[in-house]
Amino acid sequence: MFRVSFSQETRLKHSSVRGSKIMQLSGAEIVVRCLQEEGIEHVFGYPGGAVLFLYDELFKQDKVKHVLVRHEQAAVHAADAYARSTEKVGVALVTSGPGVTNAITGIATAYMDSIPMVILTGQVPTYAIGEDAFQECDTVGITRPCVKHNFLVKDIKDLAVTIKKAFYIASTGRPGPVVVDIPKDLTAAKTEFEYPKSIAMRSYNPVVKGHAGQIKKAVKLLLEAKRPMIYTGGGVILGNASAELAQLVRLLGYPCTNTLMGLGGYPSTDRQFLGMLGMHGTYEANMAMQHCDVLLAVGARFDDRVIGNPKHFFEEPRQIIHVDIDPASISKRVKVDVPVVGNVREVLKELIRQIEVARSNPDKEALKSWWSQIEQWRGRDCLKYDRASKIIKPQFVIETLYKITKGDAFVTSDVGQHQMWAAQFYKFDKPRRWINSGGLGTMGVGLPYAMGVQMAHPKATVACVTGEASIQMCIQELSTCKQYRLPLKLVNLNNRYMGMVRQWQEFFHGNRYSESYMDALPDFVKLAEAYGHVGMRIDKPADVEPALKEAFARKKDLVFMDFITDQTENVFPMVPGGKGLSEMILV
Amino acid sequence: MRHIISVLLENEAGALSRVAGLFSARGYNIESLTVAPTEDATLSRMTIVTSGSDEIIEQINKQLNKLVDVVKVVDLSEGEHIERELMLVKLRAVGKDREEMKRMADIFRGRIIDVTDKDYTVELTGPGSKLDAFLKAIDPTAILETVRTGASGIGRGDRVLKV
Repeated sequence: MFRVSFSQETRLKHSSVRGSKIMQLSGAEIVVRCLQEEGIEHVFGYPGGAVLFLYDELFKQDKVKHVLVRHEQAAVHAADAYARSTEKVGVALVTSGPGVTNAITGIATAYMDSIPMVILTGQVPTYAIGEDAFQECDTVGITRPCVKHNFLVKDIKDLAVTIKKAFYIASTGRPGPVVVDIPKDLTAAKTEFEYPKSIAMRSYNPVVKGHAGQIKKAVKLLLEAKRPMIYTGGGVILGNASAELAQLVRLLGYPCTNTLMGLGGYPSTDRQFLGMLGMHGTYEANMAMQHCDVLLAVGARFDDRVIGNPKHFFEEPRQIIHVDIDPASISKRVKVDVPVVGNVREVLKELIRQIEVARSNPDKEALKSWWSQIEQWRGRDCLKYDRASKIIKPQFVIETLYKITKGDAFVTSDVGQHQMWAAQFYKFDKPRRWINSGGLGTMGVGLPYAMGVQMAHPKATVACVTGEASIQMCIQELSTCKQYRLPLKLVNLNNRYMGMVRQWQEFFHGNRYSESYMDALPDFVKLAEAYGHVGMRIDKPADVEPALKEAFARKKDLVFMDFITDQTENVFPMVPGGKGLSEMILV
Repeated sequence: MRHIISVLLENEAGALSRVAGLFSARGYNIESLTVAPTEDATLSRMTIVTSGSDEIIEQINKQLNKLVDVVKVVDLSEGEHIERELMLVKLRAVGKDREEMKRMADIFRGRIIDVTDKDYTVELTGPGSKLDAFLKAIDPTAILETVRTGASGIGRGDRVLKV
């Protein structure tokens, strides 16, 4: 077995550290001081045996506020949404063993969507590690496949440097969650504290600037395009590049689409925006994606839910420019012609600069006929639904939600049909407003996500679009919402089914609705009331708008709106699994 | 195609499992993997023998580089390189076999490093194919035990993998 330990000196030799003043502190004090130094205002967590010293230190100060959740999964989700809705690193704190295993779903969710987070986990004392101690689990082992990096701190002298590294790794390059596992005896021991001001690691040097030659090639291709398309993902949001993206798209006059994770990266109400693409993307976005001759992909990864069957995608020839901070994302599922590795914001700035000074311009004639083709596709009105229905249509609820909140709310969602309708019908004009689990597709995130967003933006309007199945996966957090007086607005699209499962069963499994009916549902109104909130049940289309108005007027209350919606409604368009982007099932 | 990839990584606890975990999580093949600290005690050098299409090998290189503990990655098979593996093999050496086993070891430039009245232990180095050839040349019933290290590789001439 390969396991070599070595002295403190050698360990520090290759990560140069510059720090400030020195004093003797306990490990627990050091952790709290590190969080303060990082400017962390909120930590989401749940105490337990291995983190008692840490909680004791949190108790003694008030710079870092602790938010007590009801289940560790929610702590990680809330910290994750805190990060998604701000430009900060989210922080969660959980105890050893079950605290960690409960947190795993949250960590994996953040990892799949590249969210910058630091998760501090308690561990049994160093002398007990490996002895199957009470509440022991191999945290570093169990989290390894779902973190950007993780650490087990074995020496208190390494504690501050490790936490510094964790924040550095989490927030630079392609962001991601970093776990720091801290044995209990280290939190009690004392050492000199010095928080490094900066850190450099020889093994970790994320790229920033894109290769100038590659960008030049990209500009040439873009300006020669006859049927161009710009497709952007979560990288534009995480890289704070939406202003640059908008500038580029307008400068070129080209159509733009966003992935589920990229919504808000480009203003959804803009004419050049074709809507979301992918499995439940719009007809126009998917057709333009399939039939373009030059594709600019920015901070997106050609996910299976985005391009469908890659073989079908390649039946149409096109040149692809792919801008991404992660080299491993390039040419993973799709071979590209011009890869540009770099921070998307820096690359977009350089693209704009080079296009502005370029001698040629986009081909106006070609672009005109491409847009007329796109308008024809847009004319298909792929998101139409029965507006005269006597039963509440879920799409109508989202449209009304958009209207009532004037498109300016933070919207979190769970996973399933309601998520897709929210993505399709709520027009996000700003980045970091649409908070959902795209990669892992974790049911149960909606409520804790909303908590994290509201904590980060106490004055903002925060809505959680959910379903009767998803909401029950983290329903206990209604109690946290009461404790912290979080005036969330929960929009429960209750169709008594795990809607997306039901839809697939209807389309692909001969209408055999195996275990997808949600029997024995609770009375959500009473449930909300039991937690000290306001509950509403809405079962007529005419009541949708008044109910939403009333709910959003209650500025101080959490309102749980239980909308009884059409059980048979499906999400359209739909690209069935294994099919090509242009092989959509339409209404 | 078979590739031999050299990795310089931080000599940290858990670094090996990050590499092994990456290969299993992404479904890449590992034919062999060897690792040991280098002359610089803070660094380990790993040699991975793997196989896959060009696209897969490109991904393996990128994914390895993405690991925070990994300092450098080189695909040795992209250029001239030398590959060696060590094998220890215990052979039954009684009667007329005793002389035959000694002769076979000599032919393959092996060294007998342990002797009893019933067996020899032979040390053999070379590319994997040579070790395979040796085992093929011996009567299988005479082979009592084998242990192989997996390949280690190094670039030829001035191709150097260093920090």
